[in-house]
Amino acid sequence: MAPVLQSSQPWVEKYRPRQVKDVAHQDEVVRVLTNTLETTNCPHMLFYGPPGTGKTTTALAIAHQLFGPELYKSRVLELNASDDRGINVVRTKIKNFAAVAVGSARQGGYPCPPYKIIILDEADSMTEDAQNALRRTMETYSKVTRFFFICNYISRIIEPLASRCAKFRFKPLTEEIMSNRILYICKEEGLNLDSEALSTLSSISQGDLRRAITYLQGAARLFGSSVSSKDLISVSGVIPEEVVQALFSACKSGHFDVADKEVKNVIAEGYPVSQMLSQLYDVIVESEDLSDEQKARICKKFAEADKCLVDGADEYLQLLDSASNIMRAISNMPQEFSFGS
Amino acid sequence: MLWVDKYRPKTLDKVLVHQEIAQNLKKLVTEQDCPHLLFYGPSGSGKKTLIMALLRQMFGPSADKVKVENKNWKVDAGTRTIDVELTTLSSTHHVELNPSDAGFQDRYVVQEIIKEMAKNRPIDTKGKKGFKVLVLNEVDKLSREAQHSLRRTMEKYSASCRLILCCNSSSKVTEAVRSRCLNMRINAPTEAEIVNVLEFIGKKEGLQLPSGFANRIAQQSNRSMRRAILSFETCRVQQYPFTINQAIPPMDWEEYVSEIASSIFKEQSPKRLFEVRGKLYELLINCIPPEIILKRLLYELLKKLDSELKHEISHWAAYYEHRLRLGQKAIFHLEAFVAKFMSIYKGFLIETFG
Repeated sequence: MAPVLQSSQPWVEKYRPRQVKDVAHQDEVVRVLTNTLETTNCPHMLFYGPPGTGKTTTALAIAHQLFGPELYKSRVLELNASDDRGINVVRTKIKNFAAVAVGSARQGGYPCPPYKIIILDEADSMTEDAQNALRRTMETYSKVTRFFFICNYISRIIEPLASRCAKFRFKPLTEEIMSNRILYICKEEGLNLDSEALSTLSSISQGDLRRAITYLQGAARLFGSSVSSKDLISVSGVIPEEVVQALFSACKSGHFDVADKEVKNVIAEGYPVSQMLSQLYDVIVESEDLSDEQKARICKKFAEADKCLVDGADEYLQLLDSASNIMRAISNMPQEFSFGS
Repeated sequence: MLWVDKYRPKTLDKVLVHQEIAQNLKKLVTEQDCPHLLFYGPSGSGKKTLIMALLRQMFGPSADKVKVENKNWKVDAGTRTIDVELTTLSSTHHVELNPSDAGFQDRYVVQEIIKEMAKNRPIDTKGKKGFKVLVLNEVDKLSREAQHSLRRTMEKYSASCRLILCCNSSSKVTEAVRSRCLNMRINAPTEAEIVNVLEFIGKKEGLQLPSGFANRIAQQSNRSMRRAILSFETCRVQQYPFTINQAIPPMDWEEYVSEIASSIFKEQSPKRLFEVRGKLYELLINCIPPEIILKRLLYELLKKLDSELKHEISHWAAYYEHRLRLGQKAIFHLEAFVAKFMSIYKGFLIETFG
């Protein structure tokens, strides 16, 4: 294999914590897991929480710390959504792996407890059938195998599986912890980040550390070692405030054609409409000259438009419809149409 | 060769429109450290041009030597094997494909094929450029499952493989994939920029441009560079030397839609609806995508309406377009929209004129 250039590694991987105790902000989890490291006693686990809070990192770190690099390959099975995980895989691959018995030979200073670990990343994208097939497997081989489930939405894990696991919720990271980590990376990489850029970064990444680091690396690559908040906005895909305001004031003007032109402009500039809706939503909720009823009316429309967008509807039409609804709400036009009903 | 291809900028330095983005990309590549990229923007804004120029910048002229291959993959999916056939465009350093061509099997394409490609590291004696580039078009048309399986693949093989994703709207790309990429928004060129490019081409071709002519083409182009250049060339074929008030031929399907619109305005009756249906069918069998027809029809209808009705019509257009996406047969929804419009318009006429 050709040598990997160190620099070509994404920072997300480069600065992924290698040890459980380095995982930031998830105190309960870390406490339980450090305990596990000492006693080598470990239940099935279910990690859930928003993206970029360290779920995969924690699972990988604990596996590495338990088994060390040599045994890791034979003791840990890592499956994620990019591997096929239909019911067949559960019946064959997972079951076969789970059935193998292992000893507890302590090697090279690692605890090496007498069980194997199966990490199922992004478990919420497994089919219900596959999850059902896992139930019995988990119990039968519980002596020699531990399961780690990782998911974003716990509601998508079937109840029988969830009840067999110790559940850990991963909290979104606070601004302070994120800034610490970001500043650490900046120092390591020799980056210059002013405080304005730092606060922009934490507001646009919304508690997702991975996203923050990706933005930072993107901005650093594009704009060199000194990163301003404008650079961060341009790589993150967040729509500049002026554009949102322009659309909002076009809606306020009450002229359909003005709003239509602005909508066309937004589409031509290539701004993603889902992002536009969520930023417009912020503007409208905070706006002071709208009554609660008007806001509610607009928000209801936004929810519908968002659903349509997820279904793949056309961006221009949806944004135009939303804009027209904002206009009608602002000018207190009746909600029902007068002609077609 | 069409002018669109002839004057496609080959290197990042020669890009006329997105100069700033091009310079940033160049910086990105010269540092030998390229993240995954996601290009998004409306059609005709220059995404593909930038990608090709970027590849050339990365790998030199050998990136231009591409061959088209029809590859067959046998994907093992548990009980059965699935045959996937896909056309790829590849050079020694990059592979380009349209995963959405595989239809509902796109998940397997993403899982197996990309994985396989990413595993095969290119071997370079100098130890440089230890990665291959995979260009995926139309990622917004990928199914949810395929996008989900893309995300871990991207992380896992990031050392050996860079992905360049290209799509029209980033709303349809999942957050998980977006957050793993460096997002590049490619906006549509402004009219002034289009005029600039047209004048540049005119000069290269040795043409005399009457004043304001390029402006008019740019206005009609809907801010799509491709369209502007194509209609410029059409004008050149039709009549040269150009005259000041030479008509710029609109697309024939657009004219057809505007005919439909005016016939709807003239009469609102089941009989007229039946005629319109025939015309819509005509457009559909000529491979005009239904959502484009609907959008154009809305545009034509909005031109002549009262502002009160505009709200209503735009709402129903959005409504039926959404249904069109969910449904199977486009004609039902197009026709439903026309019928809805007729009923609203008739109601409006009766109310106003009695």
